[in-house]
Amino acid sequence: MNINLTLLGQSVTFIFFVWFCMKFIWPPIMGALNTRKQSIADGLAAAEKGKHDEELAKQRAVKELKAAKEQANEIIANAQKRASEIVEEAKDTARTEADRIKTSAGTEIEQEVNRAREKLRGEVVSLAVAGAGKVLKREIDAKANEDLLKDLVAQL
Amino acid sequence: MASEQTSTGYIKHHLQNWTYGQHPDGAWGFAHSAEEAKEMGFWAIHVDTMLWSILLGVFFLWAFRKAAKGATANVPGRLQNFVEWICEFIDSSVKGSFTARNTLVAPLSLTIFVWIFLMNLMDLVPVDWLPSAATWIGSTFFGADPHHVYFKVVSTTDPNATFGMAFAVFFLVLYYSIKIKGIGGFAGELTLQPFQSKNIVVQAFFIPINFLLEFVSLIAKPISLALRLFGNMYAGEMIFILIALMFSAGLGMGIFGAFLQMGWAIFHILIITLQAFIFMTLTIVYLDMAHNEH
Repeated sequence: MNINLTLLGQSVTFIFFVWFCMKFIWPPIMGALNTRKQSIADGLAAAEKGKHDEELAKQRAVKELKAAKEQANEIIANAQKRASEIVEEAKDTARTEADRIKTSAGTEIEQEVNRAREKLRGEVVSLAVAGAGKVLKREIDAKANEDLLKDLVAQL
Repeated sequence: MASEQTSTGYIKHHLQNWTYGQHPDGAWGFAHSAEEAKEMGFWAIHVDTMLWSILLGVFFLWAFRKAAKGATANVPGRLQNFVEWICEFIDSSVKGSFTARNTLVAPLSLTIFVWIFLMNLMDLVPVDWLPSAATWIGSTFFGADPHHVYFKVVSTTDPNATFGMAFAVFFLVLYYSIKIKGIGGFAGELTLQPFQSKNIVVQAFFIPINFLLEFVSLIAKPISLALRLFGNMYAGEMIFILIALMFSAGLGMGIFGAFLQMGWAIFHILIITLQAFIFMTLTIVYLDMAHNEH
């Protein structure tokens, strides 16, 4: 309990400890704390910004999607229109073609009929001439009546 | 130990520091009794107080330096976490009470808080353990008389330690008072308040009264700082010693004493922390007053 040199010894020790603490302990620890505080604040700010960006991107995606849908609808409508046009065109072409085929078939048939008729007529004529020849063999010469028969054929 | 001595002797033995100094006959050496220690006067040193305070202080600096060296802004380790927790606590205390800017105050507060806390913490070690160990070592290896080996473990129960710190703080208070306010400003603070008058004659009459009041309040700062810590720790130590006396008074008293010691130790955890905190807070407040004009 005596006051003695210990008093000074303790003061000196204390001052040395404080000096050491001030020089080598406090600054690095506080530096680390402040740096961490800063990096956490930065991280939070970045997260906030990221969230904001995500929100914007979402909105833009919705807009894009809507536009794409509209475009798709337009394309589909165009395509349908075009398809029906093509179908109509094809129908028209087919009809025309059919008409053409029909007409040409009709003409051919007519020609065929005419040819057949022509042939038939010729045969009829020759038959008639043969028949008439046979009938008239005895009576008149075939040569004499040939002009007459030709007139008759032309009239048929 | 107590069985060989009277209770008074036991208590006195526990309250005597291990002293090294000059004997009245001129020879240097350890004091063998309280009387001898007293005769050494001022030029003696308490070896146990210095030993434990320096040991604990170096431990504090070592542990914190280790954390400070490895301090990174990334995920902190266990030690760094703990150290940062204490530093943040000190930092917020300083920011709460200290308004000026001074890079000394926070490390000063940290040192005061942790060092005093560690020295106080030694109070929780059962009172006979370390002194008995010291007695055994002293008598076995150095041939000392067991009754003459004194070993006080709790440095803060030595007024030299508390006054040593308090005077260092007081020196800082004076230094910053003069540095911030100038000698004139500081002298004015001591003499021109609390009583003031526009009449020069009356003011001159007030000066000695003001000085008396202000000087007392100034001197009271380090003394109250030192005595508060010393008183609390000394009383706590005394109670531990008294409880320890019960261990030599039969089995029943011994068991009762064990419970008492446990209870007091648990309560004492609060006191040792609180006293360290109070010493620190008052230091901050005094330094704040030194920095501010008022």
